[in-house]
Amino acid sequence: MAEIVLETQGLTKKYGEFTAVQDLNLAVTQGEVFGLLGPNGAGKTTTILMLLGLTEPTAGQVRVLGLDPARQPLSVKARVGYLPEQVGFYDGLTAFENLIYIAKLNGLPRQEAYRRIDALLTQMGLDQVANRRVGAFSRGMRQRLGVAEVLLKQPQLVIMDEPTQGLDPEAAHEFLEIIRRLKQDGITVLLSSHQLHQVQAVCDRVGLFHRGQMVLCGTVPELAQRVLGGAYRIHLQAEGPADLEDAFRRIDGVLQVHRSAPSTYELEAEADVRAEAARSVVQLGGRLLALDIQMPDLDEVYARYFAQEVEHVPAR
Amino acid sequence: MSQLAKVARPRRTREGSPWTGLWAVVTKEMADSLTSVRMSILQLLIVLTAAGTVYAASQDLKDLVGKDPFIFLKLFTTGRDPLPSFVGFLGFLVPLIAIALAFDTVNGEFNQRTMSRVLAQPIFRDALLLGKFLAGLFTLTLVLAVIWLLIYGMGILVLGVPPGGEEVARSLWFLVVAIFYGGVWLAVALLFSIVLRQTAAAALASIAVWLFFTIFWGIIAQLLAQALVPMRLGTVQEVLDQAKLEMSLTRLSPNTLYAEAMLAMLNPAVRSLGLVLPFQLQGAILGTPLPVSQSLMLIWPHLTGLIAVTILLFVLGYVLFQRQEIRT
Ligand SMILES: Nc1ncnc2c1ncn2[C@@H]1O[C@H](COP(=O)(O)OP(=O)(O)O)[C@@H](O)[C@H]1O
Ligand SMILES: [Mg+2]
Repeated sequence: MAEIVLETQGLTKKYGEFTAVQDLNLAVTQGEVFGLLGPNGAGKTTTILMLLGLTEPTAGQVRVLGLDPARQPLSVKARVGYLPEQVGFYDGLTAFENLIYIAKLNGLPRQEAYRRIDALLTQMGLDQVANRRVGAFSRGMRQRLGVAEVLLKQPQLVIMDEPTQGLDPEAAHEFLEIIRRLKQDGITVLLSSHQLHQVQAVCDRVGLFHRGQMVLCGTVPELAQRVLGGAYRIHLQAEGPADLEDAFRRIDGVLQVHRSAPSTYELEAEADVRAEAARSVVQLGGRLLALDIQMPDLDEVYARYFAQEVEHVPAR
Repeated sequence: MSQLAKVARPRRTREGSPWTGLWAVVTKEMADSLTSVRMSILQLLIVLTAAGTVYAASQDLKDLVGKDPFIFLKLFTTGRDPLPSFVGFLGFLVPLIAIALAFDTVNGEFNQRTMSRVLAQPIFRDALLLGKFLAGLFTLTLVLAVIWLLIYGMGILVLGVPPGGEEVARSLWFLVVAIFYGGVWLAVALLFSIVLRQTAAAALASIAVWLFFTIFWGIIAQLLAQALVPMRLGTVQEVLDQAKLEMSLTRLSPNTLYAEAMLAMLNPAVRSLGLVLPFQLQGAILGTPLPVSQSLMLIWPHLTGLIAVTILLFVLGYVLFQRQEIRT
């Protein structure tokens, strides 16, 4: 069993009557990438602020690396890197100067600070612009500078709030690569995002937030299994007899068949039934044009889960 | 219930020193303000003012060389109508510089979205706020010290005599008074930078407070005194009571404290800051000069008043800042 680096119990934050985060129980283990996912206003940022001691919880407990952020804020902040939403820098200072300030606040000796900053700027592809003012940086460059800053203190845990927001698809993809590299280096990562589909691939586990509550928690296939019933969605294009649809339904493990176009079928199954589906087409004398399997999509999990929830709520 | 309350408010024992990282903040903020365009303009302004007023004063004072033992102090206090003396100019240049140094200290960090990043480092908010205040105070000290040297340089050149020890001591106290006076306005601007999220609003609010004390407080003090101690019989006692109350009220203004302290420090002949004195610096007062220590006794309440107001405002800002949620 891996060591737990971050744990909350009954964590709650109220703003007056409004409950921003309600009774959150969360455990993140050493070395995993955990995603706090949910739409805007779901309570992700509030949760992160409480984890860092930047806002006081109304109730509940937090342990970060075995420490209490309210009692031992300096020890926690010395070990945890935080990349805030839309990270800001001193625009009038250069990238290097911005990092030097942070190094000083962390009490790093000068030589060590210079060494780490040079290495990190190179690692983040910013060595060419180290002496340029940050005011001229693009969003993606700022985000990478943010990662360099976070790594400056060699953290055990990195918390990132909406790290891919505002990045173009290519920059977002690059950024997800950076997160994977952090994981390889043994750093635990907690990230939040409202773009579920975009970040699901890097997360080992996710927690889905809805109106201040974490309603679902687990790996993406687990959640898909739970909510969508079938974790596997098969996309199939075939020309052939009209009863192809029925043939697919008879396959063991297939839960649903949807014909989205005359020759296009979507199969929802509990297992990977690509071979069986292909055999059915051939046996019935049809022509198989395309066949592929789709990873379950978190957006869909989310949408489906709340559609169910709404159905279950009794009408008043 | 009580168990939960204990868990929810564990702030009582904090680890580590609240001043961790203080000097990192101070040096960064000082470097920022000393290289900023805003400060360059103000420095230029104050240098020109000093050069202009002191040169004009020295022309008038040339004839007094050798006759007046405190001729260097007169460099600071001699004005040529309609222009005020250098000390008079400082009365509004110091607040201006202080406000310019501090009006965007806290809200500027929020607007640049750097606040959460900085407070995610292993420092307390205490260090950040005090560091910013001290950086402002040190910058102001640096600027005033340079001006002080400049004035002495000009004095020696134009008047052709070196300053006496007494004069140097008194003008060093002049520096201290000016710095403490600046401290009040730094604290005012800092407080507004905490309360108001827009930097322009904070700057305007600080200037409004300053204008209030510079222009309106004198009038209000007068009206208040007349209302609270009305003239019924027109006795001398009533006149005196009213005047006393008016003076106490005007002393609630840092501007009055500054002006009176300067008056006593730069005019050794001033023996009391009581009723008989006009609040002008050029008053010709007869009598033997006081030693520095006696003048210091005279302005001691003024100095402590300025410090007390500064501390009060800073603590208020500190409390408000501690409660702020850091979302950006
Ligand atoms: N200071 C505040 N006062 C009142 N409500 C707030 C405050 N800050 C945030 N909220 C509310 O709390 C909810 C959660 O916000 P947040 O944690 O920022 O959501 P997310 O990061 O998931 O988008 C939102 O509905 C927001 O309006
Ligand atoms: Mg958010």
